[in-house]
Amino acid sequence: MSRATVLEARNLRVHRGRVQVLDVPALELRAGEVLALMGPNGAGKSTLMLTLAGLLPLSEGSLHFKGETLRSRADRDAFRRRLTMVFQDPLLFDATVAQNIATGLKLRGVPAAVREPAVQAWAQRLGIGDLLDRAARQLSGGEAQRTALARAFVLGPEILFLDEPFASLDAPAREGLLDDLGHILAETGSTAVISTHDQGEAARLAHRLAVMKEGTLLQIGGLREVMNHPQDPFVAAFVGMETLLKGQVTASGEGLLTLRLGKGLGGHEVLAIGEARPGQTVLVGVRPENVALSLQTDKTSSARNAFPGTVSKVLPRGPFFKVELDCGFFLAAYVTAQSLAELGLAPGGSIVASFKATAAHLIRREGLDGEV
Amino acid sequence: MDLIWEGLRKALELLLTLDPEVLRITLLSLEVSGLATLISLVIGLGVAIPVALNEFPGKRLVIALLNTGMGLPPVVVGLFVTVLLWRNGPFGFLEILYTPSAMILAQAAIASPIIAGISLSALQHLPAGLRLQILALGASRPQMVWLLLKEARLPLLAAVMAGFGGVISEVGASIMVGGNIKGQTRVLTTATVMETSKGNFEVAFALSILLLVLAFTVNAVLTHVQQRNRPR
Repeated sequence: MSRATVLEARNLRVHRGRVQVLDVPALELRAGEVLALMGPNGAGKSTLMLTLAGLLPLSEGSLHFKGETLRSRADRDAFRRRLTMVFQDPLLFDATVAQNIATGLKLRGVPAAVREPAVQAWAQRLGIGDLLDRAARQLSGGEAQRTALARAFVLGPEILFLDEPFASLDAPAREGLLDDLGHILAETGSTAVISTHDQGEAARLAHRLAVMKEGTLLQIGGLREVMNHPQDPFVAAFVGMETLLKGQVTASGEGLLTLRLGKGLGGHEVLAIGEARPGQTVLVGVRPENVALSLQTDKTSSARNAFPGTVSKVLPRGPFFKVELDCGFFLAAYVTAQSLAELGLAPGGSIVASFKATAAHLIRREGLDGEV
Repeated sequence: MDLIWEGLRKALELLLTLDPEVLRITLLSLEVSGLATLISLVIGLGVAIPVALNEFPGKRLVIALLNTGMGLPPVVVGLFVTVLLWRNGPFGFLEILYTPSAMILAQAAIASPIIAGISLSALQHLPAGLRLQILALGASRPQMVWLLLKEARLPLLAAVMAGFGGVISEVGASIMVGGNIKGQTRVLTTATVMETSKGNFEVAFALSILLLVLAFTVNAVLTHVQQRNRPR
């Protein structure tokens, strides 16, 4: 992306007491991009977001908004007026929906004649146009979060921070809001940072993805890149690359690897993409959506990896099912309800799992200490 | 029972005839306790806001002291204010002992910790993230404080009512620093004590009823302020 940098952070460090809770050497946010932050609780997602939004004091480091360094408190106060933030808890005021949405505009001294049409328009856009006179405390969770989003979007923020905005919603409310938010972000070309636990949310909303752990950015990159090429097992697990296979490279060349899995994993041979030397021990990952299931080995398929195995678990995952297999090694696959029925998948059943060599990504090569 | 009916009848008579002495006593009660409550509101919020919004060593001690202050016995306050304002005391030069000013001072000392304590817990009870949310909506610091107070308006007005209720009904401090001087520092509570001790139960009843009516009226007005503009 060659788009202008909106916000740049350098050497961000935040301490809480004596504990360093954030250490981010560099982070750039570009115009019009949506950056998703993922990581477990306590990884520092909220802290990073609050710091980027100028709402937490920096222990060290600097923030640069559109090329200007934010130095004084006055700079940061002015900066705060150009962004806004939506939290997991909608944090509405004890007032009507309309009054809530108008809050930020009122704080900026926008006259009612300008304020009201804007409030109306954004309420409509978020599907709460008929709730304007409703007391905020009578709203459902989904309606409340829509009000919080309208209150944010009405300000036309140059950066929008969304701190786990869907985490408290039930599945139907979340689905609807995810769709609407995705459209609005795309239509407005908003620059946004969203934190989430859910890789599905990240995949639907974000252009770039950052995975955090213990206050640091483990990996940041394009959505596909991080999802398909997690740089270590922690990131892999977090972005939903559920199957990780460890083995020794027996042949390599032209970006293709053949590896033999360890005895504990059935000693199978797997074809993967990546660069490594024969004899090296490597870790490859396979995303569950890239694993296909069939009743017999399909000789005509382009999938170079096919393994007979048995179904150990079938778990519902919203619109599809996750099937866990034992092929001598653990393998997870996503299938639709239709496939589940047609293949008669049930625990104990026999099945053939296959995936293309291009779906098996090299995550890590043997380190100097021989560890993978 | 006769005593009660006679008292009610007398009270009505005093009210309807607008007895000038009773009117003066009532107005002075309202003035002294009203001003004391206003002063206490300023002091109470002035203490509660910084304590609620900041973290500092000894915060718990400050909160514990405030909560203790909510139960400050009026006679103890009366004693301290009397000693401070005594002719040879440190503030004797003010020469306000046995004046309404001294009563306002004493009542403010009683109501301030009440209002500070309830306001503090009201502000602390707001959602933890609300302050950040308000700042993220672009509020300046004064705007943030104003929105927080607005959000806590129900318990804050309860604090004002508790403060006013505490001082309009207290007698110990008022009698000690005011002296119950007719036409100068006599208020409903001190007059009630005096009339009762003199055996003038009808007058005491009348004054008590006036006290209740006054307390009810003021609280009704505050309740109206508290509940209006609240969407249903």
